[in-house]
Amino acid sequence: MLATLTRLLGSRHLALAEEVVQEALVTALQQWPYQGIPQNPSAWLIQVAKNRAVDRLRRDRAFDSRERDVAAAFESRAAGSLSAASADAGRPFEDDELCMMFMACHPDIPREARIALTLKTVGGFSVAEIARAFLAHESAIAQRLVRVKKLLREREIPFDVPGEREMPERLDSVLEVLYLMFNEGYAAHTGESLVRQDLVAEAIRLTRLLTRHSATDGPKTHALLALMLLQAARTQARSGADGDLFVLEHQDRSQWDRSMIADGLRHLDASARGQEVSAYHLQAGIAACHASAADYAATDWNEIVSLYDALLDLEPTPIVALNRAIAVSRARGAAEGLRELAALRDDPTLARYYLFHATLGELSREIGDEAAAARHYGAALALASAEPARRFLERKLAAAPPR
Amino acid sequence: MPQYMLLLRDSGSFPPDMSPEEMQGIIQRYVSWRNKVASGGRKITGHKLKDREGRLLRGKVGAPVTKDGPFAEANEVIGGLYVVDARDYSEAQRLASDCPHLDFGTIEIREIEPVG
Repeated sequence: MLATLTRLLGSRHLALAEEVVQEALVTALQQWPYQGIPQNPSAWLIQVAKNRAVDRLRRDRAFDSRERDVAAAFESRAAGSLSAASADAGRPFEDDELCMMFMACHPDIPREARIALTLKTVGGFSVAEIARAFLAHESAIAQRLVRVKKLLREREIPFDVPGEREMPERLDSVLEVLYLMFNEGYAAHTGESLVRQDLVAEAIRLTRLLTRHSATDGPKTHALLALMLLQAARTQARSGADGDLFVLEHQDRSQWDRSMIADGLRHLDASARGQEVSAYHLQAGIAACHASAADYAATDWNEIVSLYDALLDLEPTPIVALNRAIAVSRARGAAEGLRELAALRDDPTLARYYLFHATLGELSREIGDEAAAARHYGAALALASAEPARRFLERKLAAAPPR
Repeated sequence: MPQYMLLLRDSGSFPPDMSPEEMQGIIQRYVSWRNKVASGGRKITGHKLKDREGRLLRGKVGAPVTKDGPFAEANEVIGGLYVVDARDYSEAQRLASDCPHLDFGTIEIREIEPVG
């Protein structure tokens, strides 16, 4: 809805669009309990919001003649799109959401503001909800949004689906934001679980939207959706065991969402259409290995290691290297995994990362070196901040008293 | 079947900064409540009253006095009303008792005197 209004008003009137949408919703809240929900609620809301916006612009026009053209242009565009909206309630709104995403994820907007702006404008999240999701103060999020809206106005960031030439870069930026949104929700190490599930659901919804539009349904988009679905399918089984290192091993696989997994595998197939192999493809491939294994022992760890090899080529980050080492330890034994980890010992990022030390602890225990295990678990505990992770490590330490 | 008027009074304000989902949730509760009443075979209609203006006639000459707002008793204005069929007061009260409006204000029940 906000997306439709923004299309009508232009991105520099995003603040006005937000206000009139909010007002239309409040009007609905006051009227619908008595009058019932209208035949086409979306068209009703857009009509009310549009009327408000026209009133505002007319009023402003008295003070600022430069607004005259905007108001006139807006009124003619509004008339056209509204008839379209009532003729086909579904499509135009989705197209508008797409435009909104491309606007919110524009490369001119600072990276850290893109997720918040997307959640606010496309997802309809309140400032309070965004703040809860990112464990930030409401005022900080509100300020960030004010700054970024000023930027939208000043730079006149376009509200449209980019042309073919710019599409790859612009789509990458949108996919990155959706990937981060998903991870923020999925990495359940902190924060309120309810809001975080909303993030996961919204990231999936928006990525799915991209797979349904001919301009954006490329292999990478399908790969990202596959990755999200295959991961999210395991959410249910994961909760309650947060922070467990080899938590997959102990998951009740009957709790995995089979239809979500099937959907994810379908999109993984669709992602294989071109030659392109992105990081999303590889991560989705890894998730698919886990999701299609009947049990932990049946997991194809060799396949996972080779996917991590390819991922490490694309993204040579210490975290990927750590995950690869874990996969190696499953495929070729704990001693082999420890050798891989030894090569990473001097990495400053991993030195501060509790999971690195916890992995060392786990593998040391597996080869029977309890003293080393206790030492590494102790180091991990000193670094872990989230409560579930601390409880997990304390249990591990209690099981491995130093000798 | 006698008809009862449910006068819904509220202080005119929902919590600020509600998300669209929260608003939708509230609307849905009203819709469910009406469906429940209707599915029990009781006809129900609703009217939202305009917020901004109202007129009060007072005194022998009945000269109208226009005030800025609706006429509040203890800061509660009538936001709207329902007319619902019910056998008697106790049924009307039972139907009104799970109306979601009670989370936001009060409901006054009055029986409509039948004509003739």
